[in-house]
Amino acid sequence: MTTLLETRDLKAFYGDFQALFGIDVTVADGETVALIGANGAGKSTFLRAITGMLPAAGQQISFGGQTVAGWAADRIHKAGIAMVPEGRRLFPSLTVEENLLIGASGGRKGPWDLAAVYALFPDLVAKKTNPGTALSGGQQQMVAIGRALMSNPRLLLCDEISLGLAPKVIKDIYRAVPQIREGGTAILVVEQDVGQALAVADRVYCFMEGRVTLTGTPAELTRAQIAQAYFGAKTEEAA
Amino acid sequence: MTTLTASSARNAKPINFVLRLALGLAVLALAVAPMWAGRAELRLMMEVLSYLALAQMWNLLAGYSGLISVGQQAYVGLGGYLFFALAMFAGVPVLAALPLAAVVTALIALPSGWVAFRLQGAYFAIGTWVIAEVFRLTAAQVGALGGGSGISLPVALAQSIAESRDGRETVMYYLAFVIGIASVAMVWGLLRSKWGLALTAIRDSEPAAEAVGVATRRVKFLIYIVTAMFTGLTGAFIFLQKLRITPDAAFSVNDWTAFVIFIVVIGGLGTIEGPIVGVIVFFALREIAADWGTWYLIMMGAIAIAVMLVDKRGIWGALRTRYGLSILPVGFVLDITPPARKD
Repeated sequence: MTTLLETRDLKAFYGDFQALFGIDVTVADGETVALIGANGAGKSTFLRAITGMLPAAGQQISFGGQTVAGWAADRIHKAGIAMVPEGRRLFPSLTVEENLLIGASGGRKGPWDLAAVYALFPDLVAKKTNPGTALSGGQQQMVAIGRALMSNPRLLLCDEISLGLAPKVIKDIYRAVPQIREGGTAILVVEQDVGQALAVADRVYCFMEGRVTLTGTPAELTRAQIAQAYFGAKTEEAA
Repeated sequence: MTTLTASSARNAKPINFVLRLALGLAVLALAVAPMWAGRAELRLMMEVLSYLALAQMWNLLAGYSGLISVGQQAYVGLGGYLFFALAMFAGVPVLAALPLAAVVTALIALPSGWVAFRLQGAYFAIGTWVIAEVFRLTAAQVGALGGGSGISLPVALAQSIAESRDGRETVMYYLAFVIGIASVAMVWGLLRSKWGLALTAIRDSEPAAEAVGVATRRVKFLIYIVTAMFTGLTGAFIFLQKLRITPDAAFSVNDWTAFVIFIVVIGGLGTIEGPIVGVIVFFALREIAADWGTWYLIMMGAIAIAVMLVDKRGIWGALRTRYGLSILPVGFVLDITPPARKD
């Protein structure tokens, strides 16, 4: 598999505060990768840095063979990285369908269009003329994912898509992941729900305090290793 | 485009039909105003229509693109001065000099916008004001245009519009009519185009719009240039009507920005109808309080503060939400009140 996204020694700052300390992450074409870690570990910051939302300085981010560090967010989006932001962030003035349509503006051509998104999330069909914010949390999340897919990304970034949702709803949402992968889209999910992340991912990176503390396939990693990488402290099981 | 159930239901309300009919009749009455109105009324309506255009443009900037400018007087003044320069020294016919002044204003807005766009938020606002001051000071240095004491349009040029005074007034009135109506039509058309989706998304949440690939900076810059052009056109017309231009009048922050912000804020920011409501209220207040001197300005300030305290959506914003009003539907409805959390 060819490398789609590669960061080398990625650092990020909020003013004087350093949030990332040299992150090396790779995602191959069509691969699903999970970033796990506690609150404040730097997972969302990492996504913001890749998408150009957080100004990057002197660092290496390559995507599809091009160095994209320092590009404007819309240019990176056009190159094929789409984001499902934390908290959905639907546009309250737009209907469900308009929220989806705006995802296609400035995107690439490909298999994802309105019909394909409605096929993926049939619940949305009946709601397409509703304001996006009048939906349940799970349906809002579907719109946010559909909106990102509308740009036919090569890499889909999902930031905490299970946050604040009921377990059954989370399952419904994650059921879409295999179908998204079938279209050839690589997926990078950020999750606090480790079980969910291990279930869908080909590989896992564990973040702690702005550093990668563990990486491997779900099969190779033991619960004890993950617990240590996640919390930093040795648990009874690990000891 | 798909049909929108939510806004279709909104559109179908009888009250909206009545409002649309009222708007249609008002436009019709304005279209034939020279047949029924006296000279003083026509002059007042020209001013109302000019302010409507300025307010629509400021609302497009602030209400939709989130660009709070307190320096739009830069383009009113620039439009006015360029019009005088083109008509007096370049020999451009008066009626052709108006749109040409607007185009040149837009060209000058390119570099000055580039400077202003280096700044964000409050700094952008201050930056636009500084740019306007630079223009005012520059205009005062141009000896050919009268320097600090200004210049009058030669009588021959004014007469070139029409022989008789009544004929001139009629032509001038229809210029104002076209500018006022075109400003509303342009904003409406823009919001219904594919730009409308992007603008509405930016208005709702700029970071979210950026995250889904909207080229927010490019869209906002385009809007900045378009508003500069139309503001310049309005400025050119305003000073053609006044027949005299001075740096202080042309680049007045009070006349061309403070009053305009007042109109948009009390009418309803981020709606097309808001500036229409605001301009009516503004001129009604002015007619009532014309003799109050400074008290008039104090009252306006108090009203603006009261609107923001009671309901910052403005008169139209509040009425629209309460009664489901919509005169010029664009499909995209702003709801500033946060939606109830569903999860």
